[in-house]
Amino acid sequence: MFEVIAFYMFSALVIGMFGIVVMSKNALYAMSALAGGMIFISGFFFLLDAEFLGVVQIVVYTGAVMALYAFGMMFFDTTRDVKEDIRYEKIVYTLSFLSAIFILFIFLAPIYSTKVQAIYPSIEGLGNIQTLGLILFTKYLVQFELAAIMLLVAMIAGIVLVSKKMELKPDDEKEIL
Amino acid sequence: MLTLTHYLILSAILFSIGILGVIRRKNLLMLFFSTEILLNAVNIGFVAVSKFYGDLSGQIFSFFIIAVAASEVAVGLGLLVLWYKRSGSIDLDSIMMMKG
Repeated sequence: MFEVIAFYMFSALVIGMFGIVVMSKNALYAMSALAGGMIFISGFFFLLDAEFLGVVQIVVYTGAVMALYAFGMMFFDTTRDVKEDIRYEKIVYTLSFLSAIFILFIFLAPIYSTKVQAIYPSIEGLGNIQTLGLILFTKYLVQFELAAIMLLVAMIAGIVLVSKKMELKPDDEKEIL
Repeated sequence: MLTLTHYLILSAILFSIGILGVIRRKNLLMLFFSTEILLNAVNIGFVAVSKFYGDLSGQIFSFFIIAVAASEVAVGLGLLVLWYKRSGSIDLDSIMMMKG
């Protein structure tokens, strides 16, 4: 019973928050709503017995990604409303919902087949974090290392792109690109 | 009682909100926000399937998706700042140089 109440409460909160992100004209409001939505999504992970992923969601998304956005938004003027030239509203809404329904069917069709079998079932007596570590460091070790390299590359790319010749005026920067 | 369908429908709703944002928004920063929504919607779907089929691969995949999202933000925001310093605008129409 508690689960059901929590599910519907978190669903309403997340959908509301993400609706604000998509519809808001102010970039600062959109960012704050996105951070709130990320925290509420971690509630679903705790409901689904994925405690490690819930903590990672809070730490990485709300801690790292949103902080990065907040720092990035110092470069832009966020007090003004975002000016957007939005045309063809009806076509946009129709297309987006049609494609969403198609994607829903694409994803639901294989799940409703009965031949899904667990390759890595959760082990009795071990918690979520222990089992996740066992699988991550045996079967998915190569992918884990590749993700580490990818994060390193992304970090270097971010530093190089943002900090290069910060003191120059925009006119002098033609040689960067 | 909650079933897998509840979570998948929620995931689909969030995904359609994200797609709506991607199609509707013209500001590049807002487009980044919408992609974050898309990635999170997929994460919920993966974790729900992982729970209801008793298989932990879904959680591993959403773990990697979080890593991809983090690096996407680092590189994308760097490019965005560079483009803003160069052209003074983060509007999507300012990148449209070829008349297509």
